[in-house]
Amino acid sequence: MSKKIKINLNGKGISCQSGKTIMQVARENGVIIPGLCQHDDFPVKANCRICVVEISGCKNLVTSCSTEVCDGLIIRTDTARVKRSRNLNIELIFAEHIERCPTCIRRFNCALLELADKHKIEITTFKDRKSKRKIYKFANAVEIDGSQCIDCRNCVEACNTLQKINYLELRGKGITQEVVPVTERDGFALINKRKKKSDCIYCGQCALYCPVSAAQEQAHWSLVEKALKNKSKILVAQFAPSIRVSIGEEFGAKGGEVMTGQVVAALKKLGFNYVFDVNFGADITTMVEAEELIGRMKEFRLGLPSPSLKTGVMENGLPMFTSCCPAWIKYVEFFRPDLIPKLTTARSPQIHSAGIIKTYWAEKMKIKPKNIMVVSIMPCTAKKFEASRRELKIGGNWPVDYCLTTRELVYLIKKNRIDFMDLKPLPADNPLGAASGAAVIYGASGGVMESALRTAEYLTQTAQDSVCRSFTKAEKLKTKFCNSRIKFKEVRGLAGVKRAELMMGDKKFRVAVVNGIGNIKSALDNLRDYDYIEVMACPDGCIGGGGQPIPTTAAIRKKRLEALYKIDAKSKIRRAHDNKEAVEVLRWFKTKGKLENQVLYTKYKKRS
Amino acid sequence: MDKILDKIRKANLVGRGGAGFSVAKKWSAVAEALADKEVGGRKCYVVCNAAEGEPGLTKDGYILENYAEKVIAGLKIAIDFFLAEKGYLFLNYSYNKKYNKKLAALIKDSAIEIFVKPIQSGYVGGEESAVLNAIEGKRIEPRLKPPFPVTAGLWGCPTLVNNVETFYNISLVNSGQYDNKRFYDIAGDCPYEGVYELPASFTIEKTLKQTKNYPSFHFFVLVGGDMSGEALNSRQLKRPVEGAGSITIYSLAKNNYKKIIAGWLDFFIDESCGQCTPCREGIYRLREIFLAEKADWTLFNNLLDNLADTSFCALGSSVVIPIKSFMENVLPEMEAKSKAM
Repeated sequence: MSKKIKINLNGKGISCQSGKTIMQVARENGVIIPGLCQHDDFPVKANCRICVVEISGCKNLVTSCSTEVCDGLIIRTDTARVKRSRNLNIELIFAEHIERCPTCIRRFNCALLELADKHKIEITTFKDRKSKRKIYKFANAVEIDGSQCIDCRNCVEACNTLQKINYLELRGKGITQEVVPVTERDGFALINKRKKKSDCIYCGQCALYCPVSAAQEQAHWSLVEKALKNKSKILVAQFAPSIRVSIGEEFGAKGGEVMTGQVVAALKKLGFNYVFDVNFGADITTMVEAEELIGRMKEFRLGLPSPSLKTGVMENGLPMFTSCCPAWIKYVEFFRPDLIPKLTTARSPQIHSAGIIKTYWAEKMKIKPKNIMVVSIMPCTAKKFEASRRELKIGGNWPVDYCLTTRELVYLIKKNRIDFMDLKPLPADNPLGAASGAAVIYGASGGVMESALRTAEYLTQTAQDSVCRSFTKAEKLKTKFCNSRIKFKEVRGLAGVKRAELMMGDKKFRVAVVNGIGNIKSALDNLRDYDYIEVMACPDGCIGGGGQPIPTTAAIRKKRLEALYKIDAKSKIRRAHDNKEAVEVLRWFKTKGKLENQVLYTKYKKRS
Repeated sequence: MDKILDKIRKANLVGRGGAGFSVAKKWSAVAEALADKEVGGRKCYVVCNAAEGEPGLTKDGYILENYAEKVIAGLKIAIDFFLAEKGYLFLNYSYNKKYNKKLAALIKDSAIEIFVKPIQSGYVGGEESAVLNAIEGKRIEPRLKPPFPVTAGLWGCPTLVNNVETFYNISLVNSGQYDNKRFYDIAGDCPYEGVYELPASFTIEKTLKQTKNYPSFHFFVLVGGDMSGEALNSRQLKRPVEGAGSITIYSLAKNNYKKIIAGWLDFFIDESCGQCTPCREGIYRLREIFLAEKADWTLFNNLLDNLADTSFCALGSSVVIPIKSFMENVLPEMEAKSKAM
């Protein structure tokens, strides 16, 4: 039980709650104790030793991140002894980290530089120790640069404990200690401990938790910058649903402020000719996916697919999995290729949106697809990998040319000295501008499921299998009275796995939402219990994505999440199939033969 | 059953692993943790630490060689006292090789299991919470404390970790044979290297004289650890031996002190687990400065103080002891001698 106690901090009497750490209590009282290895989402490791403070009666200094306050504690955070140790430990850490400041996207938000500045640290007291360390690159998405690593181990924690992918390993000890991918394990005699094969799923959580960007996205901003300079193509930017509620944090906004108009304005200011909202693509995805779901349910009930002898699950049937999270797709392709037939064949919003830009919109604008360059701004590192998938090419063209993270966009905005908070908000370009509220909640765990359910329920109630069908007058009257639900509260929220039983028409329909790949096990172990499963690899969905602003913590994610649902609640239209322009686009594709398949659907392959 | 705890208390037993913590206090802490009704019923474990990872130290091996049955008896007393689920005999590689057969016979039909210390776990692999990590199959390095092993040790359960010699003493206390002796590990520049069982109250000088190892040449000793001990000059020997009970004799004429210190630093660089900045980075920089042509002694001393003040575990702070005590106790004497010559 927490109780009220009295402590003394730097000569000042303070009353506070027991059970908190010195660092927390100090922060609440305006004394900021610096620290690098501490992260609100993880258990305390206390290995950087920067947050040390002096306690009366204690022989040694103590780490404030790990020491709880107790009654009568006398703490000093500002003695010469504290300063000596704190500064020395910072200097020692600096010598582990090769400064690549000129091209580092954390340059404007760097924990180390801030510390050096605040505490007047000599950053060159010791010679760089790790200059010969390797850079490990994972596809085109994520990298870990050993020469910048300060050994805090957050990345290992993110990969192994949070995401349970077990791809990163801490090898060696002392000064030889290094974070390495497990594929580099060769030459090690493992007695009785053959570990399972693992691979990176590109979720980028390691990057999100790295305090010094040793783990980070593979940056592509410089390529985009070049393209913006030479202007040889029509430059189109498209941004994901979750960016608008997170980007403001980097510019001093409160958590969860909606910045849609500022994002459009900033992208225009950077030199993009057109800026599209991926929300439109999300509406397309919702409809394509809901149609597939309805189709699978029908087939399943007709008894068409037969259960596989091996897994007991229905080939091609139910449960159907969502597919818009590219890290989840990589997970299936690598760890569970047997589940590939269960993935919806709908492409993701990013690829739908880009595909439509390079076909439908290109034709409308009379621009050759080859002359359009699409740059995505995503909350995600795995989206970089998705954009490079060959099977997504449309008639020889990549749908997305470059894919940047939220952090890369922030870097470009700051580098170009654009005063983001002062920008006059602009609407995204039409005809791909308007979108439903169902689209924006794609950014939160449970959002894809909810959007698809809104449309699937409508399809069930009106007994259709496509949103594109046009109605007779009598039918129109009937659909008017169709009162399909909008809110599916049971799939919202921050729980690790959300389960619900709904009615779809007159049939029971069982769904699960897996919030973070680390929680996947229970869903995969009980496939037969579900008809439809959403999986997002990052905690709380894209708002906690690996490309989002740093820091991202549970509390910050909650604010971003609430903001998304507020946008939805305020939207004029709430269901994807009510987005007339989006339905129009789908109808257009129906007349285009092969192209429909090329733009709307995809396939997956086993990877080893 | 509480009798044994009373006996231990009366005998004033201290842990012989090096830290010298009161055995009765440690046992009481485990008992209290087990009695804590708020947490509910928990299992309990007992671990006998025979990692003996500091080079040059051999007394635990000596005890296993000569008094294995007493050690096992002590371990069994602890298991019975705490109603422990299991006892682990944590052996380093070479002790396991030498004594496995004998020990296996002694622990037959008991709740004791031998756990062999993984080869690459080194010196820090003998630290008590690192031992627990090893048994649990985790990365072998000290854990963040609190919680201490007595309240949350193996798999989160209250766990008693005592040294080989401590368990030996417990069995002596139990049978009324304990007479306040301890094992001394004498090594270095002396004629009769070896392990001796002598009264714990002996001073260093008396111990050396008794074993006919008192040098006739100029010397200094490292006491209480062959790497992590305290360096004392020949006028400071009227005190008892602390820590792990070792005395290593260095002839001043024979040894180059720069080499000795560099050797200590090399050892600790290799043995640091790498968790915390002051130890992982700090010791590496200490060596860099020490070997530099123009050493920055202010920085060197700051790094040492920082290590003592902020290291994660006792290994880090123990690095400071030999170096600082050498600088204080031995170096001035050496310099005075070389001036006089």
